[in-house]
Amino acid sequence: MAPILEIQNLYKNYGSLEILKDINVSIDSGDFLVLVGPSGCGKSTLLNCIAGLEPISGGKLSIGGQDMTNVSPKDRNIAMVFQSYALYPTMSVAKNITFGMKVRGVDQSTQEAKLAQVAQQLQIEPLLGRRPGQLSGGQRQRVAMGRALVRDPKLFLFDEPLSNLDAKLRVEMRTEIKALHQNLAASMVYVTHDQIEAMTLATKIVVMKGGEIQQIGTSAEIYNRPANLFVADFMGSPAMNLIPAKARSNDDGTYIEILRKDGEPIVLTDQVNRDLPSDVIHGVKHKTLDRRAASPLHRVTCSSR
Amino acid sequence: MADLVISPARGQSQAVRLLLRWSLYAALGFFVVIYLMPLFVMVTTSLKSLEEIRTGDLVALPREVTFDAWLTAWSGACTGIKCEGVQPYFWNSVLIAVPGVAISTLIGAINGYVVAQWRFRGANIIFALMLFGCFIPFQVVLLPMARVLGIMGIAGTIQGLIFVHVVYGLGFTTLFFRNYYVTIPVELTKAAKVDGAGFFRIFWSIFLPLSLPIIVVTVIWQFTQIWNDFLFGVSFSQAGTQPVTVALNNIVNSTTGVKEYNVDMAAAIIAAFPTLLVYVVAGKYFIRGLTAGSVKG
Amino acid sequence: MTKWLEDHLPKLMLAPSFVAVLVFVYGFIAWTAWVSLTRSRLLPKYEIEGLIQYERLFASPRWDTALNNLYIFGTLFIVIAMALGLLMAILLDQNIRTEGAIRTIYLYPMALSMIVTGTAWKWILNPGLGLEAMVKGWGFERFSFDWIVDPDMAIYTVVIAALWQSSGFVMALFLAGLRSVDGEIIKAAQVDGIPTWRIYTAIIIPSMAPIFLSAFIVLAHLAIKSFDLVIALTGGGPGFATDLPATYMYAMAFSRGDIGQAASSAMVMMAVVFAIVVPYLYSELRPQKDG
Repeated sequence: MAPILEIQNLYKNYGSLEILKDINVSIDSGDFLVLVGPSGCGKSTLLNCIAGLEPISGGKLSIGGQDMTNVSPKDRNIAMVFQSYALYPTMSVAKNITFGMKVRGVDQSTQEAKLAQVAQQLQIEPLLGRRPGQLSGGQRQRVAMGRALVRDPKLFLFDEPLSNLDAKLRVEMRTEIKALHQNLAASMVYVTHDQIEAMTLATKIVVMKGGEIQQIGTSAEIYNRPANLFVADFMGSPAMNLIPAKARSNDDGTYIEILRKDGEPIVLTDQVNRDLPSDVIHGVKHKTLDRRAASPLHRVTCSSR
Repeated sequence: MADLVISPARGQSQAVRLLLRWSLYAALGFFVVIYLMPLFVMVTTSLKSLEEIRTGDLVALPREVTFDAWLTAWSGACTGIKCEGVQPYFWNSVLIAVPGVAISTLIGAINGYVVAQWRFRGANIIFALMLFGCFIPFQVVLLPMARVLGIMGIAGTIQGLIFVHVVYGLGFTTLFFRNYYVTIPVELTKAAKVDGAGFFRIFWSIFLPLSLPIIVVTVIWQFTQIWNDFLFGVSFSQAGTQPVTVALNNIVNSTTGVKEYNVDMAAAIIAAFPTLLVYVVAGKYFIRGLTAGSVKG
Repeated sequence: MTKWLEDHLPKLMLAPSFVAVLVFVYGFIAWTAWVSLTRSRLLPKYEIEGLIQYERLFASPRWDTALNNLYIFGTLFIVIAMALGLLMAILLDQNIRTEGAIRTIYLYPMALSMIVTGTAWKWILNPGLGLEAMVKGWGFERFSFDWIVDPDMAIYTVVIAALWQSSGFVMALFLAGLRSVDGEIIKAAQVDGIPTWRIYTAIIIPSMAPIFLSAFIVLAHLAIKSFDLVIALTGGGPGFATDLPATYMYAMAFSRGDIGQAASSAMVMMAVVFAIVVPYLYSELRPQKDG
């Protein structure tokens, strides 16, 4: 089966400024892809490119096996939930949800049936007559989800949808989005700067920085085997401890030595089975530290630079 | 809002406090009198007979109220050779202002919508160029405009004046709408695009319903500008197409016959009436337009 | 094709206005600039002859009067309007119960046409029947207030009428400015026991610098463009005593049939506006540093 979303060698420039460099990602039907990275890493721009809201400067993009590189947003068979929810302020909740169908000329009875179904699914029936201005943050969030759900798209796009909610509501909505994903078996692309959100929701994570992909993998892969220092430092809470160290070799193999200001260097007993430069960064996850044991149970070592 | 009141230092007596308060009101009242005086003089003079004006006091109330001057001003006063009062010119102004306001507001709304919500490369430069157009002294375009209106075949016509007012009103109407629409998150447009709506659908269904306040501000601003215009009116009109401001000036400065100050005043009030009415009815929006037109919004 | 149209529709919608501005603002300025360098009289000529029109302009006593008047009128108008506006704004900022009504009265002249304002003041300042006659009628036989017919003083009557028309607007600008000052700073100062007048001079007024600038720009702009008020109030007279560059330009263009002079005087006006407005627009349009 063709991947539901396939991005090949995507570039995005504003004038001479490169925002996205050589992006290659693909996801299968039912995947929950999370784009995560610090602000300004290009993750939202990438999402806008997928939606067709930003033209791309180079590369190819296909959704559901169809080339969508130059197709307008309305013909991409997508739905999107925005950070500010972007509800139409002068329309009632019901009109907000049915606006897309109305524009597309869907007949009245289908509109009503779908509205009823979505409203029931999200438990927003009592809100249908209200204006967005009369809703709380959480309610707006639900309406925005409803507007996306009612489209029944091939691909859902989420642009930091939970960042405007308070902490408690955020956890609730996270669970709900997760459940929604499982119930609908829908494909989703989700942008966030919150790595906990990324870890808990994703079936596949893309870590980005400076417009480039740093690593693609499952939560476990990213967590346990970060591809570089940036990923190691950015993902995981609390962050991994990163300690400068020396790699030394003897006849038995390579081992790691942590220098100390005063006293003998700490020599780690585990051998490393690959070649390392002499200057390395030794990463230790707090979870892997066992108070009973003198040495870490598990560790990741990254080559420096 | 700061709750700040000029008050004497602590320890001063109630009497001093009261005195200060009274002088404050006296000062404010003094300015009120100054500002109202010309309007008062205009109204009273227009209700007096010429005889009473010659013998009486500027600020005295009319001994005998007569509406003769109003009648003359409306339909009999001489603007040069013709003596039809300001009536035909009043309607000229209406014929110029109504389409002029409607067209420039509509175009400004679309322009503002494009500049604020459909940003493309160069849009800001275009906006800056248009904005600068608001500030030029119009003397610099009078000569070529007179020729171009001639070439277009609309020199000296009402259409010609509408055209001029639309062209030179665009900068401000675009500015008003742009500054209003720029406060609306671009995500709204994006959401509507994903929903399948196009350029006009988004404008019509989402932005226009949001725009009532700024439409009112723009309409009032443009109406005041066009109604009160004199420079374009006197430069680009001919005998039958002059706006009311030009007619008023002609009546006041006509050298034929006796000077009828009461008629001048009545004509001035008639010419001022529409904009004064707008100000009284929708002063809040008028002020908002003034401040938005001078400080950036 | 539809996709192309869809992508370019916003640009297409803006294009007519853009073209109109290019032609009717920038094109026309260029035309006027060009003609100002020719020997055009009744009809425009297009052979460039250099700066002769500007030489004629600055040799003309009438233009000299106009520039001098602009200087007197502009300075007095701007300075007094700002002072009056600020004074009225501060007075109105003292929890006045009838503030709304008073504000409405201070501002209504702004809704009037300059022609109406000029007509009204022309009548009031009429020495035979207006203010002067009124005060004389009260028994002050020696009272004299005939500035409007006095070539040396007539320009000041223009200042008076212009102030009446516009100072309320400056008041509104300043009042908005006073109200936008952070209330907590003022409360902090009050807690510190700083007297009210010091709060105004040391905290509030300095923080309103951008508003002073805006008011200055608007007033300067009004002053340079002033045309209708002079026409209605004095007609540029007595003689040419109250001519301003705008009335000079108009006279040259439409009654004297001297297009070259009209064009060169318009360009000088343009240059003055340019010198004031461009730095302002530049600073306003520049991407804002923190807010």
